[in-house]
Amino acid sequence: MTQDATSQIFSSFQDYINEEQEIREDIRSQVKDIEQTAREIQTLLQSVHQQDGIKGIPTLCEKARERFERVREQFSNLSKKVPQDQYYRFHDHWRFVSQRLTGLSAYIVYLEKEALISREDSAAMLGVKMQRGEGFHIDLDDYLMGLLQLASELSRLAVNSVTAGDYGRPVRIARFVGELDSGFRLLNLKNDSLRKRFDALKYDLKKSEEVVYDLTIRGLVPQEQKSTHKPSE
Amino acid sequence: MASPEGKQVRKRKTTDVDEDSLVIRAFREFQVQLDKRHDKYERLVKLSRDVTIESKRTIFMLHRVTGNEDSESLLSQTLEKLNNIKLIKMMKISEELEGEDPYQFLRAYSPGLQEFIEAVTFYHYLHSGSLVSLQQIQDNLTFAPPDPAAAQVADPLTAPNVRREVTVRVHVPPLEYMLGVADLTGELMRLTINSVGAGDLQLPFKVCAFMRRIHDAFLSYGNVSRELNRKMSTLRQSLHKVENACYTIQVRGSEIPKHLIADVLSGTSECSSRFQDEACDV
Repeated sequence: MTQDATSQIFSSFQDYINEEQEIREDIRSQVKDIEQTAREIQTLLQSVHQQDGIKGIPTLCEKARERFERVREQFSNLSKKVPQDQYYRFHDHWRFVSQRLTGLSAYIVYLEKEALISREDSAAMLGVKMQRGEGFHIDLDDYLMGLLQLASELSRLAVNSVTAGDYGRPVRIARFVGELDSGFRLLNLKNDSLRKRFDALKYDLKKSEEVVYDLTIRGLVPQEQKSTHKPSE
Repeated sequence: MASPEGKQVRKRKTTDVDEDSLVIRAFREFQVQLDKRHDKYERLVKLSRDVTIESKRTIFMLHRVTGNEDSESLLSQTLEKLNNIKLIKMMKISEELEGEDPYQFLRAYSPGLQEFIEAVTFYHYLHSGSLVSLQQIQDNLTFAPPDPAAAQVADPLTAPNVRREVTVRVHVPPLEYMLGVADLTGELMRLTINSVGAGDLQLPFKVCAFMRRIHDAFLSYGNVSRELNRKMSTLRQSLHKVENACYTIQVRGSEIPKHLIADVLSGTSECSSRFQDEACDV
């Protein structure tokens, strides 16, 4: 009798492992699709850095937004594979790609409106919920990670927009990255990956400030940028 | 969101944080959420540490059961101790986890949970000679909402939080359970050696058979997790020692007085582990 009970215990664990492996397999293939789309969007947005890319920003954003349609579809497929209330059991599989996609969505919103994407909008663009209680969502850490990726991308854009002759943009970028930096400073980060990534933010900030410096000493900053850059309050 | 401490306010003024900016306002919110989560995590780690310590003590107590004249009362004492851990600490953990994804905080409470499973399974093995199932442990760690009438008269120490109105539980993932079972084998090995010392020559054979069952089952699982693999190699060593003990009893049990077997045993197990170490080096 007890022999049977013990065997039962071990065989049911075997079933559990098999089932888990199946779920992981499903998730992995789904995540691979999302990664593919994310790469496409990233490649698409790269053309902003090219010589005349800045002029084409509105159409580029339009196109990138269209691609996000696929992302939403794929995320909804993924969310079906993840058992309820077990988001964090499998989180590692899609952590990376959802960070990248939040970064990309933030980048698009910045290019369009020069503003920070809200967590709500970011979740909406990815087709997921904002809070854990509502279903498949984006972890707060991952969203913040995406914002840090945005900062790196923007510091690169600051350099390239100067090359392309747009002298106003770097000033606005420096201001925005500075704001992000002071935002992150408000957070009490633990000694984890987010903290490590945050430590790199200061270099992005430094880079964009250097660009502004270079423009300023040469008198290249457009007039209206100068006035808004001053701390008005 | 002004801070009550003057120091912090002053500091904030010198760094030019524009409180009206949308970015800053958003980050203020993130700050609250992050802090809340980190605090919960810390509280769980503390609770888990308490559970670990208490469970370790219970296991020590259980080791005294074998060969003790008063083993029945010692067993019931340990059961009481386990119940106390459950009612005070585990209940708090389950309340912290209410409405959360248990996997999000698993790393905080996993060490305590494993140690607790080890203690419970060890108790049940000594009590009934069988392996307690995951379902039983899970049921044991599920707390129904307290009956308001009963809560008022109950002992304040064990009285649960009265405000709670839903059933809460400490979720036990099957892998955690199996890791706890793997730890159990280490205790079983110690139990064998102790029991020989106490003059019980039957128990080692029983334990040996039990451990083999666990070992065989673990072998069939294959590559599940790194943690399980590590425990597997410890398990193999423990089994080796127990098998050696059984061998020694079988061969020499009839020849030498009981109280000497224990010395012989500790000698052989040392030899064998030294031998194994060398084998690993090559």
